[in-house]
Amino acid sequence: MEGNVYHSKNFTTNETINDLHQDTFSKTILGFWIYLMTDCILFATFFTTYAVLHDGTFGGPGAKELFSLPLVFTETMILLLSSLTCGMALLAAIKSDKRKILILLGCTFVLGFSFLLLELHEFKTLIDEGNSFSRNAFLSSFFTLVGTHGLHVFFGLVWLVVLFFQIIIKGFNTITFRRLVVFNMFWHFLDLIWIFIFTLVYLMGVI
Amino acid sequence: MDHNHELSLKELQQQYHGSLFSYLKGFLLSLLLTVISFVLVITKAIEGRNLIITIVSLALLQAIVQLYYFMHLGDEDNPKWKTYIFYFMIVILLIISFGSLWIMYNLNDRMMSNMPM
Repeated sequence: MEGNVYHSKNFTTNETINDLHQDTFSKTILGFWIYLMTDCILFATFFTTYAVLHDGTFGGPGAKELFSLPLVFTETMILLLSSLTCGMALLAAIKSDKRKILILLGCTFVLGFSFLLLELHEFKTLIDEGNSFSRNAFLSSFFTLVGTHGLHVFFGLVWLVVLFFQIIIKGFNTITFRRLVVFNMFWHFLDLIWIFIFTLVYLMGVI
Repeated sequence: MDHNHELSLKELQQQYHGSLFSYLKGFLLSLLLTVISFVLVITKAIEGRNLIITIVSLALLQAIVQLYYFMHLGDEDNPKWKTYIFYFMIVILLIISFGSLWIMYNLNDRMMSNMPM
């Protein structure tokens, strides 16, 4: 690669080297990765808070009574599958197969939406039975942690819909490809966080 | 000043490391690790403390699987910025998380409260 490439200096050997990662794509990917890392820290603080407060049931029902493992298993499978379909959409993008991209993004949306519906149903049941955010410290920290994850899923779905129509209207090009890659990173990240939610909150809750 | 060499779509597509096979591997491994976790808890095949250690280890393992197969961490060209930044995040996370847990545990201890938790 010659010509219009930024040159960096290797301060040990004093030679100029071609740094090929100054293009918009690489910068965007890295920037978004850094954002995801800060999001990891955010979730870590919520997990830590939950760890401190999860026994604070103030006499009310605790994790054992309130959590349903079949429901959580279903949610986990749905989210994991959506991560796969999302990755497959990106593979279709590498082959420039626009139809396949849209179909797989559609699948990802359906799965993600189902996940959210199940989670909202779970929350609604808890709240209807009096076990809302404000009942005790355990529930406050639970809703904050799992709710924030759900909120991320919600915004991810909004992003997905917008991206879907952008690909249809603007077509599949460098820019929409980059956006698809970034969306992929976000969506996989959500499944990553969910691993710890189902393990540390739900599974540990019923042990 | 030189301006950016923007990559064409073809160049971007060639940069990408994934393949259907690797995504499927990641998916199946994650599936397996998840199912094992759930089965262990439901059947209570292992007891108390050991069960906790086991499922947390399975979770960490699955996280590594997903980080590698889905998020392609470690697959990037040198310099591996994504990996370095990831390690840095882990350091900060451990300080915040364990630090807070340590402090709160100590506080709880010192309170000697008789209130039911």
